Amino acid sequence: MRMQKIALAAALALSATAATAQTVKIGFITSYSGLNGNLGPYMERAVRLYLKQHENELGGVKVELLTRDDTGPNPDKARQLAQELVVRDKVNLLAGVIFTPNAMAMAPVASEAKVPFVIMNAGTSVITARSPYIVRTSFTLWQSSYPLGQWASKKFKTAYSLVSDFGPGHDSEEAFEKGFTEGGGKMLGKVRVPLQNPDWAAYMQRVKDAKPDVLKVFIPAGKTATAVMKNFSELGLDKAGIKLIGPGDITTDEELPNMGDVALGVLTVHHYSAGATRPENKAFVEAWKKEYGANETPNFVAVGAYDGAAIIVEAIKQQKGKLDPDKTMEIFKHWKNPNSPRGPIAIDPETRDIVQNEYLREVKKVGGQLANVELETVATAVKDPWKQFKK
Amino acid sequence: MLSSVVSVAFHGVAYGMILYVISVGLSVTMGLMGFINLAHGVFAMAGGYILSTAMARMGLPFPVALLVAFVAVSAASIVLERLLYSRLYTAGELSQVLFSIGLILISMAVARVVYGNLAAPVFLPDYLRGQVHVLGRDFPTYRVFLIVFSALIIIGLWFGVERTRWGAMVRAAVDNRGMAQSVGINTRLLFMTTFALGSGLAGLGGALGADILPVQWSYPFEHLVYFLIVVAVGGLGSLRGPFLAALLIGVADTACKYWIPEFGAFLIYAATIGILLWRPMGLFGVRA
Repeated sequence: MRMQKIALAAALALSATAATAQTVKIGFITSYSGLNGNLGPYMERAVRLYLKQHENELGGVKVELLTRDDTGPNPDKARQLAQELVVRDKVNLLAGVIFTPNAMAMAPVASEAKVPFVIMNAGTSVITARSPYIVRTSFTLWQSSYPLGQWASKKFKTAYSLVSDFGPGHDSEEAFEKGFTEGGGKMLGKVRVPLQNPDWAAYMQRVKDAKPDVLKVFIPAGKTATAVMKNFSELGLDKAGIKLIGPGDITTDEELPNMGDVALGVLTVHHYSAGATRPENKAFVEAWKKEYGANETPNFVAVGAYDGAAIIVEAIKQQKGKLDPDKTMEIFKHWKNPNSPRGPIAIDPETRDIVQNEYLREVKKVGGQLANVELETVATAVKDPWKQFKK
Repeated sequence: MLSSVVSVAFHGVAYGMILYVISVGLSVTMGLMGFINLAHGVFAMAGGYILSTAMARMGLPFPVALLVAFVAVSAASIVLERLLYSRLYTAGELSQVLFSIGLILISMAVARVVYGNLAAPVFLPDYLRGQVHVLGRDFPTYRVFLIVFSALIIIGLWFGVERTRWGAMVRAAVDNRGMAQSVGINTRLLFMTTFALGSGLAGLGGALGADILPVQWSYPFEHLVYFLIVVAVGGLGSLRGPFLAALLIGVADTACKYWIPEFGAFLIYAATIGILLWRPMGLFGVRA
């Protein structure tokens, strides 16, 4: 009897230590289908790549990624998935999210359940204000579009804005207009296009007839970017002397081969291009190709998720796998990485939003392949301008 | 003002033709044969992928690649028709819907495995790029080509169905299969060839439209609503119906996007609802 008790106690003790060999569960919600269903896999691949590269730093803590498909811009679905992951699977963290509406719908879940939520893409400024448990490692549209407007105002007199009709589009439109008009430029018109839009000819014709010096476009990357590019040249806007510019979403790295030479010369402002020549990026691209195949290239979604994984790994390391929500957020708030593939980045402790450089890039041929070549750093250590102006 | 009317009319007609080209196959399988073939987009997608593969990997010229897309998709559809579709001609609509949705899901997964996540690259030959300059306005060459090409398809189809013996047999067999069989029409062969034609046209449409509607694995669901709008608004059992419906929707949508872009997003759906309330069988429907 006594022996049995000892054995039982020993077994209990053993199972207790087994439990302390921690598992951290990440509820990972992204888009594997629907509009931009091609972007979800970039996100997951980037996270898995980082975890694999840094596995030995985790001190035996296991990281489990519970992946879910939110099927595109679908806030109800995203919220339901987040609830399930929190309540049923008891995840320690939420992460991922391509689309702003989905991130907005998940914010209350993060607040109520006190689950830190790492946003790896969705770029509307206001998102991080929606929950104190949100941190963002990707970008805001204001970060790229405001410097873009400032830069454009020095080169062009008149502009036309064309954006997708949802949160990030509105941000991009507003940010560009502010930067451009502050610098003395004049907006000839603005148009908002539905997210799912099969034909662009009517909009492009409208722009062409307005004869601006420059057309500034934001669309949510993916094949829409290719469609816009093709329509732009098909309707002869380039020949009419109109220059196409935008945040980097319009020349996203993985779509460049599909766009072909019509993309040559397009100028964009963005925080990341796969063609960047800094050593950290070369190593990142090389690791990506080694893991996923020589024809694969990471993109801005991948880098947002890669750094998102980095911030999570840092929190796990500092707390030895026992994640406390508030401590985790403290660690997130003071996180810095001078050597991200996109250059130096940090989290702004006040807003929990990313601080990063913005680069002016041009699409050029490099060794027979189209690439976003970084020309200059147009803005250094940019905090989200929208939050700065609101103060 | 006048020149913008010309532009809107042109782009509207061109967009209508794109809608028509991607839906024309469905106007044959669903409109003419009465099979609720929601998997129409699968054949269109296949056509687009074949075009892309033929041009990018095998280096075939654009017209040859179009022909290959048409022939290959027709041929593959005969296999599908014999194995699967023919069993469901007499089944209820629900069975046809469930079956074709299943086919969509399978084909999407296969396309994703084979072609990956990105849209298939399609590059038009130089002679179809650029603009045609007429009366002080520029018109994109490719869209001019699409308008002419679609016009030829609709004339050919209309002639085939309304003026040839084959057309008469198809119409007879769809109206009353038993009677058609008993007067000596080989309805099995007839349905097979008609289905192959419809699918081939779907493949051709997918290939022709691939430059404007990118071909990706999600294609069959993404554009399903447009295929159905064109056929439903046009009316089942009619060939000119879908054609005129596509034109109407194309012009209305383009005009709305050009002049009042704030409403551009939902005009196409509002128009569909309005037309169907007014004429539940579609503009030229002969059966509901």
